[in-house]
Amino acid sequence: MVSSTSLEPVIELRGVEKHYQMGDTLVKALRGVDLRIYPGDYISILGPSGCGKSTMLNILGCLDQPSVGQYFLDGIDVSKLSDDNLSQVRGKKLGFIFQSYNLIQQLTVVENIEVPLYYQGLSEKESREIAVDLACRVGLSKRLDHKPTELSGGQQQRVAIARALSNDPAVILADEATGNLDSKSGGDILEIFDQLNADGKTLILITHDEGMSKRTSRTIRLKDGEIAFDSRREEVTA
Amino acid sequence: MSVPVLIRELSFFRLKRSVLLGLKSLWLHKLRSLLTAMGIVFGVCSVIAMLAIGEGASHEAQQQIKELGSQNVILRSVKPTNKTTAGEQERSLILEYGITYRDISQIQATVPGVLVTIPARELKDFIWNEALSIDGSTRGTVPWFPDMRNRKVQRGRFFTQIEMDTRAPICVLSRSLARHLFPLSEPIGDTVRIQSSYFRVIGVIQDDPAVANSSEEKGATGATDQGAAMEMLIPITTLEDHFGEVLFKYRSGSFEAEKVELHEATVRIDTPDRVMPAAEAIRHILERNHKDVDYTMVVPLDLLRRAERTKQIFNIVLGSIAAISLVVGGIGIMNIMLATVTERTREIGIRRALGAKKKDIVMQFLIETVMLSGAGGLLGVALGLLIPIIITHFAQMETIIQLWAPILAFSISVMTGVLFGIYPAFRAAGMNPVEALRHE
Repeated sequence: MVSSTSLEPVIELRGVEKHYQMGDTLVKALRGVDLRIYPGDYISILGPSGCGKSTMLNILGCLDQPSVGQYFLDGIDVSKLSDDNLSQVRGKKLGFIFQSYNLIQQLTVVENIEVPLYYQGLSEKESREIAVDLACRVGLSKRLDHKPTELSGGQQQRVAIARALSNDPAVILADEATGNLDSKSGGDILEIFDQLNADGKTLILITHDEGMSKRTSRTIRLKDGEIAFDSRREEVTA
Repeated sequence: MSVPVLIRELSFFRLKRSVLLGLKSLWLHKLRSLLTAMGIVFGVCSVIAMLAIGEGASHEAQQQIKELGSQNVILRSVKPTNKTTAGEQERSLILEYGITYRDISQIQATVPGVLVTIPARELKDFIWNEALSIDGSTRGTVPWFPDMRNRKVQRGRFFTQIEMDTRAPICVLSRSLARHLFPLSEPIGDTVRIQSSYFRVIGVIQDDPAVANSSEEKGATGATDQGAAMEMLIPITTLEDHFGEVLFKYRSGSFEAEKVELHEATVRIDTPDRVMPAAEAIRHILERNHKDVDYTMVVPLDLLRRAERTKQIFNIVLGSIAAISLVVGGIGIMNIMLATVTERTREIGIRRALGAKKKDIVMQFLIETVMLSGAGGLLGVALGLLIPIIITHFAQMETIIQLWAPILAFSISVMTGVLFGIYPAFRAAGMNPVEALRHE
């Protein structure tokens, strides 16, 4: 992955701060974060609770916008985009995998995978083909028409992975993706992540599980809203 | 984000998907959806049913008034109430009141547009067929009476000019009277008796629609319900011949004598638009000729117009009730949609994270609301069409369903859905995706 330094970064944060008003006090959840993530990176963002991990995820996932600073995603400055354009960016460039799977309960496996494609305006036939193909890739070919409630946790998370892949995103964000799973299912999921990275996908795993850092090629530690450690920077400076 | 923009963005494919999605989530909560739609169902159904009943009732009333003849002005003599208490009463035992031949000739001479007049006299006494009798009214009139008053001769025939000129002792019975006096036998050819005079029955005529049905008429003539329907028609000349100018009436223990020249006169005007001015002119003549108000004037056209005005008011009242019931239904829908939005906060967050724009969320919830109210509207239309049929079948009431009523009610129900769906939909779309995703 060393060669990736020569590439344009897929994500670039420049002096990003995020402030929240909590009653009378102004809370700074992020205090000037500078970060570059390159295509093909496999990153774990670690840190204790309250260190700004969730805020980081929201900013990286374009669910929230920085109070100060700039955020370039795939070359686009998304820190000043309108709500509609931000939605479009999320739908096109990002894939989300959540701790609690966040599948829509009344939809089947295939329909859940199709949701991002629907908002991209793909035809029913196209999106069905993509969804079925992805479901097979994550090993759910026999569960296409099942509802999430009929699936195990590991299976649900695999649906979520397929969904995150459906729009062929530039970056996949996983928030404590194995947090709700037993070690066996969690291991299976992580193996899928390894495979995806091997296929060239950019993955960002946000976790408090120290074990993750051994798996990923780059580790970033957050502390009090700042980057306390970045394995790449260590490499570069070393 | 305006509505035209929403519509432009909405391709057929998206609409189809949104509708399917809406159906799915409504189907997920079948009972809730059904109960929510009920408000609209009953609103729409009651609007259609009430309109049908109202339309039917007013049609019936208008039909009755039309049967009186819309080009007619009907004058009737009424026993004045103040005469019985005045001192005049002591001087003469014979009560003299009512419309006179002089009135009629003046009307005919001065009021423009008067075609014909039908004078009629009336005698209230028992009518006998051997041992059967009834307290009815005997009316002396002219041969063109059935035509002018739109009354059909059901059996036999009406009397002719020659019979009137020759003062023939013949009569035509109203259907009710014929039934009463001749329950088993054929009345035509038989005879009936009043006091000491005998009359041969030559025909049976339909009952007076005004007295048979309208209470307003009953009040004006002062006749009892039964007595008014029990009517015998004889030539006016014959009536004069047999009973004279002064009509005597013997009752058990009492005796009444009245001198009334004409009990009733029908004035026919040539065109409908001259009826109201003519009625006004006739009123002036009568006011000048009569010190006491011993007559009444019925203008069927005026009644018809009043009936139409009543119907308009009725429609306004109905419209308000309909509007209220649909607002109530709409509030019910809005309430549930707001609850649904809260319940599905997580789903909204997920969709927003996966690329849904605000307008996608607005459309999703708006379509759901409109489907709910539209389905309620359809069900309401079905029930609303059924109820008048049931009412007509079981209550023998006339009901009329006009084509626009179900169409209007359904469109209003859909509009209610849009109107009351907008707020919940925008509330859903306005949610912060981060908070929505965190929602438990």
